[in-house]
Amino acid sequence: MTAIDPMTQKIRRILKDHGRLSKDADSLGAESDLYEAGMTSHASVNVMLALEGEFNIEFPDHMLKRSVFDSIASIGAAVGELQGG
Amino acid sequence: MTEYDTDKFYEGLVKHRLIIPVGVQGAFGRGAVFEDVLERFNGLVSQLSKDDRAEVYTFPPIISRSVLERVNYLDSFPHLCGAVYSFFGKELQALALSKRVHDGEPWGDMLGITDVVLNPAACYPVYPSFTGVVPKGGRLVTMLNWVYRHEPSPEPTRMQSFRVREFVRVGTPAEVVEWRDMWLQRGLDLLTSLGLPARSDVASDPFFGRGGKILAAGQKEQKLKFEVLVPVISAENPTAVCSFNFHQEHFGSTFDIRTPDGNVANTACLGFGLERIVMALFKTHGFDPELWPKEARQRLWP
Repeated sequence: MTAIDPMTQKIRRILKDHGRLSKDADSLGAESDLYEAGMTSHASVNVMLALEGEFNIEFPDHMLKRSVFDSIASIGAAVGELQGG
Repeated sequence: MTEYDTDKFYEGLVKHRLIIPVGVQGAFGRGAVFEDVLERFNGLVSQLSKDDRAEVYTFPPIISRSVLERVNYLDSFPHLCGAVYSFFGKELQALALSKRVHDGEPWGDMLGITDVVLNPAACYPVYPSFTGVVPKGGRLVTMLNWVYRHEPSPEPTRMQSFRVREFVRVGTPAEVVEWRDMWLQRGLDLLTSLGLPARSDVASDPFFGRGGKILAAGQKEQKLKFEVLVPVISAENPTAVCSFNFHQEHFGSTFDIRTPDGNVANTACLGFGLERIVMALFKTHGFDPELWPKEARQRLWP
């Protein structure tokens, strides 16, 4: 996953809009811990719902856990999996 | 072997005048024997914790609506909330309201929201009073509060309104976690001494919706909530009679509570669900306390 692919760009924009991060989402590495960057549990719910809307996917119950949303890379992997990619 | 049957248990409680139905699910009156057991258990908790020197408070069953809004309750549990609405109109609107009521038509839309809500968690009323710097060693408060949850059910242990004997600890993370762990064992010992088959487990709150699954999973992964469980209406799904919540900085940052080192204070709380404990005793030992095992009787009626 590189910083220029469109999916990662969309994820970064969603994090900017919904993640309530204390840092700029563009300055975060793919593996940076989003919770450490200030994302609260409630914000992660908003991020999840925004991802579903943006990518037209629905996270199954087993993916509704903290670790799926803890970095840009793990979010990208989950979205990719649900898109059948 | 203990048999679990929700309807039979409810009927037994009613038949022995331990509870008195009031025509709505999840609400009932309590008879004198029920109350005697409840007060004696609460007294045991006080006795057990007297050397902890908790500050003792009593709050009404309502809290400021702004507190509910500030602690994100409506983000986490909108389905459980109970806001108080009242009538703000003039004479003609009052007549219209009356007509609707007597015609059996819906009338809720003629009311407006007030500044208060029913208190959904026994610990909530106290946090705003902690604002500022807590003393070295933190603070410890205990309360017995009525709480409200909008979850009507025919199952007697799932109530809309019930009492919680609550303790709230505020301090550094180490102080708060040490206190929580001490009480987890103390609570288990207390219930076991009454002959209840109690065990503890990691738990999560009933957060709303699919997003709530993330919150619940996070709470479990981080071991922020524990419950003490006793089988009352089912062997497979024992009833939580005591719950322990470690909130980390949630209330400290919301209400600007700090420790003397300048950091945001951590908080934890624990609550005994008093009605549930009384029901667990009736389920385990039978509906007549005169016939309970000697050890349990001696603890409650020394």
